[in-house]
Amino acid sequence: MQFMLLFSRQGKLRLQKWYVPLSDKEKKKITRELVQTVLARKPKMCSFLEWRDLKIVYKRYASLYFCCAIEDQDNELITLEIIHRYVELLDKYFGSVCELDIIFNFEKAYFILDEFLLGGEVQETSKKNVLKAIEQADLLQESQNEEWGGLSEDVL
Amino acid sequence: MCACVAAPFAVTTTSVPRTGSLPVLPETTTEAAALRTRKSVKIKAPFCYFLGKSKEAEIKRINKELANIRSKFKGDKALDGYSKKKYVCKLLFIFLLGHDIDFGHMEAVNLLSSNRYTEKQIGYLFISVLVNSNSELIRLINNAIKNDLASRNPTFMGLALHCVASVGSREMAEAFAGEIPRVLVAGDTMDSVKQSAALCLLRLYRTSSDLVPMGDWTSRVVHLLNDQHLGVVTAATSLITTLAQKNPEEFKTSVSLAVSRLSRIVTSASTDLQDYTYYFVPAPWLSVKLLRLLQCYPPPEDPAVRGRLTECLETILNKAQEPPKSKKVQHSNAKNAVLFEAISLIIHHDSEPNLLVRACNQLGQFLQHRETNLRYLALESMCTLASSEFSHEAVKTHIETVINALKTERDVSVRQRAVDLLYAMCDRSNAPQIVAEMLSYLETADYSIREEIVLKVAILAEKYAVDYTWYVDTILNLIRIAGDYVSEEVWYRVIQIVVNRDDVQGYAAKTVFEALQAPACHENLVKVGGYILGEFGNLIAGDPRSSPLIQFNLLHSKFHLCSVPTRALLLSTYIKFVNLFPEVKPTIQDVLRSDSQLRNADVELQQRAVEYLRLSTVASTDILATVLEEMPPFPERESSILAKLKKKKGPSTVTDLEDAKRERSVDVNGGPEPAPASTSAMSTPSPSADLLGLGAAPPAPAGPPPSSGSGGLLVDVFSDSASAVAPLAPGSEDNFARFVCKNNGVLFENQLLQIGLKSEFRQNLGRMFIFYGNKTSTQFLNFTPTLICSDDLQPHLNLQTKPVDPTVEGGAQVQQVVNIECVSDFTEAPVLSIQFRYGGTFQNVSVQLPITLNKFFQPTEMASQDFFQRWKQLSNPQQEVQNIFKAKHPMDTEVTKAKIIGFGSALLEEVDPNPANFVGAGIIHTKTTQIGCLLRLEPNLQAQMYRLTLRTSKEAVSQRLCELLSAQF
Repeated sequence: MQFMLLFSRQGKLRLQKWYVPLSDKEKKKITRELVQTVLARKPKMCSFLEWRDLKIVYKRYASLYFCCAIEDQDNELITLEIIHRYVELLDKYFGSVCELDIIFNFEKAYFILDEFLLGGEVQETSKKNVLKAIEQADLLQESQNEEWGGLSEDVL
Repeated sequence: MCACVAAPFAVTTTSVPRTGSLPVLPETTTEAAALRTRKSVKIKAPFCYFLGKSKEAEIKRINKELANIRSKFKGDKALDGYSKKKYVCKLLFIFLLGHDIDFGHMEAVNLLSSNRYTEKQIGYLFISVLVNSNSELIRLINNAIKNDLASRNPTFMGLALHCVASVGSREMAEAFAGEIPRVLVAGDTMDSVKQSAALCLLRLYRTSSDLVPMGDWTSRVVHLLNDQHLGVVTAATSLITTLAQKNPEEFKTSVSLAVSRLSRIVTSASTDLQDYTYYFVPAPWLSVKLLRLLQCYPPPEDPAVRGRLTECLETILNKAQEPPKSKKVQHSNAKNAVLFEAISLIIHHDSEPNLLVRACNQLGQFLQHRETNLRYLALESMCTLASSEFSHEAVKTHIETVINALKTERDVSVRQRAVDLLYAMCDRSNAPQIVAEMLSYLETADYSIREEIVLKVAILAEKYAVDYTWYVDTILNLIRIAGDYVSEEVWYRVIQIVVNRDDVQGYAAKTVFEALQAPACHENLVKVGGYILGEFGNLIAGDPRSSPLIQFNLLHSKFHLCSVPTRALLLSTYIKFVNLFPEVKPTIQDVLRSDSQLRNADVELQQRAVEYLRLSTVASTDILATVLEEMPPFPERESSILAKLKKKKGPSTVTDLEDAKRERSVDVNGGPEPAPASTSAMSTPSPSADLLGLGAAPPAPAGPPPSSGSGGLLVDVFSDSASAVAPLAPGSEDNFARFVCKNNGVLFENQLLQIGLKSEFRQNLGRMFIFYGNKTSTQFLNFTPTLICSDDLQPHLNLQTKPVDPTVEGGAQVQQVVNIECVSDFTEAPVLSIQFRYGGTFQNVSVQLPITLNKFFQPTEMASQDFFQRWKQLSNPQQEVQNIFKAKHPMDTEVTKAKIIGFGSALLEEVDPNPANFVGAGIIHTKTTQIGCLLRLEPNLQAQMYRLTLRTSKEAVSQRLCELLSAQF
């Protein structure tokens, strides 16, 4: 996989993960073009499209589009299920995940993604194992926050 | 907006019904609930404050925040870790909202060395998301990573590995490519760290494969395929696949391990693999990866392994036919993902007819599936099946379904796949039907894919034409239906074919004449019509309805609506008419003489009018007949349309299919007969020169400016291509010699033009990239490079090239690729002759192209004994050529060695008893034969002399190689 983008129906980018080295300018250009292309597609259309020399696999969940770019040899259907497994992981972790969860807890969304996918390849497909890793990290955070007298606030 | 973004995915999602679709894991629910409460604390007022507000409000709020953070970072008071983390996190948040962040990197790097997990974690996240691989901070980051990797704390190691896998820069590869394999195979590494290490290494290998050392660890990595932990196997399989693609030998043992792992998975019950079963499909991700790994190799040689693999594939095909265990789309997707990957492997092996046909039947069922995704993938997958001889016929049985898809699919990307499949399944038996369907689809096709369909129709029509009248009709239909999408290559090609086949010329003339009757016809039709009538209008002139004058008036009625290049072409048609039909000469002369031609503002048109008018006046009938003779057949070469399609689609997809099909249909259709080699240049630089030029000469404007208005000179220019070629550029001989031992560099340079070369050779084939750089700030017009092989050279060397754009912008560089084939040994070098217009003047440059016999050398290593044995075998006086000459350059051993290696032969050490001498050996590859060559160079330092001896089985080769190499010292 070359990259994964999450964006809203309004075209707002919510999460980006790049597995190939690209300049910021290129990333912005790709994002802009791709968001436009995907948003222009109708609901019943197929989830795959050829774009430049990549294959795009996308799926919409409520207000959010999940969009992966894979290479010619890669398997489209299994990529579709990568997206779904990621959504399941988010859903399990946040409990009925919604776009706001990803906006405000973007760091968690990233940590979950990193446990699941690394370097563009699936690292761990077991939902239990991924969530266990994240929960352990949360426990570490918890205990440290206590040391700090519960200073944890929101990000802004 | 707030309400919308807060909606849970599950509620409004199109294909995932609310929570019901998400399996519940009871043991984690309490923790999840706890997390949810914590989350609710996290959402605070300030966000909603500006999320709901206008863009301006958001920017204002963010700028204020950025200023605040900046002042905190710059402040005198040192920030504690917690505040640092807080502000770095805020920056990340702002970045993700779509704003640029240009500070905070240093603070993030500081966080990496914190002992607190959360601070470290946010630091790493910032680096992964925001630090470019070429950042100056990489050294500091690497330091922190190094410490964490050495910490033996698995959580810290995990963070560090995730960061390396995310950034993956070359500096990181330099720092960690040696260390990570050790972590990966160490006995005491935790499973989760192993997984991260495997994928981290994979990422580094992708960015800098040269920095990842192969070694003992590779065999231990292969054995991870047997690991008990399926997560480790999954990660390791990705790594092994990538490594095996480049080092197949070293990872060969992975094949049998992968097969047995796969076999265990596909035969397991759906509950065996516990959490690795996904919607009743056992380990779909791992299965797909294992099948991918097996595609790096040919079918296993060991019959037992092979049998087991066939069993696996059959099981997968069988399971796909079983009734679904769940109605969820995830179940069918996962199952079919494995199925499609299995089919890819079956196609890759291309050796089991039974499996191929089964695969095809199963895909056939998907062609009418209600899931658009499956229809799309089935069409795509069938394209590759169509190229296998075993399944081509089976694919063809689905033609009606595919044609129907073309008509009824609502999604253009699916229709596109249908077009691809029709193209792939086309052969002589169904070509008329497929071409007709594509033509009718073209009338309503999406604009985005029209050009591609036009190219495909043109190729199929040419390739499977039994009767060329059908071909001509098809192309004219193409122009009628989609004239705007008919590229130059397409109409060049129809003309090439008509010129080369005399059985179709009369029909072509008649058909274009009729097509031109339409009140509004596409300009491309005028071009084709003009060209064909100019050549073959005489074939229909007997019919009073298409008499010469009617033909001329018909063409001329379109003249004023056409663009300049088309008008130029029509002027050439007119002068050809003067030769074909003397009776219309006065009419045509009147047209040429009119002010709108003779004083046309366009130089090209004006020049043609002046020259043609003059030519028609002064030349005798005989001279006219010679100058304006019918075009000789075009040399056969790869269809330029095919080349264009390849460029459009990327070489891999088209080439494979084409090659495979060509092999199959060799006897079916050879295309137009090969043309007799009557043109002096083997390769014509651009079809437009072919079509518009007269005979083999470069196009008319390549001649001197019209002011030299003597008729005799003009005839010279038109009838003899050689006189248009400039004498070799001064100094080019020197540059030429420099390329004997190297392949890249600047061949020629003057004040206007620079010519650079880059070439590669392999056996008897080569490819040369010629770069033409315009050094001025003004355009070069009519830029026409021509490759000229003399009559002596022509039988021995094949050069093929594609046209270059006739306009080279100021400061721009254009590239031309020359494909080279050495048929047999040769002495002369081809000449590159370039004509172009710069400002008002014509420029002619000719240089020798450094394609020399030694380029087709393959070095041969041999021991001393072998060398002398062969040396003695070549003792015939004709086989040896010797040259004694004075050194022109300082006699430096290292330079000499480099030159001999650059010359192409192997440099053999410790062969000559005298260590001061140099000995080399190699084989010259030509298409017809291979010639073994031995050489010996003896320097005499005192006398500043060399003696060079060449022994080969062919005198001319010895002679030429000796000549070439002597000039190097």
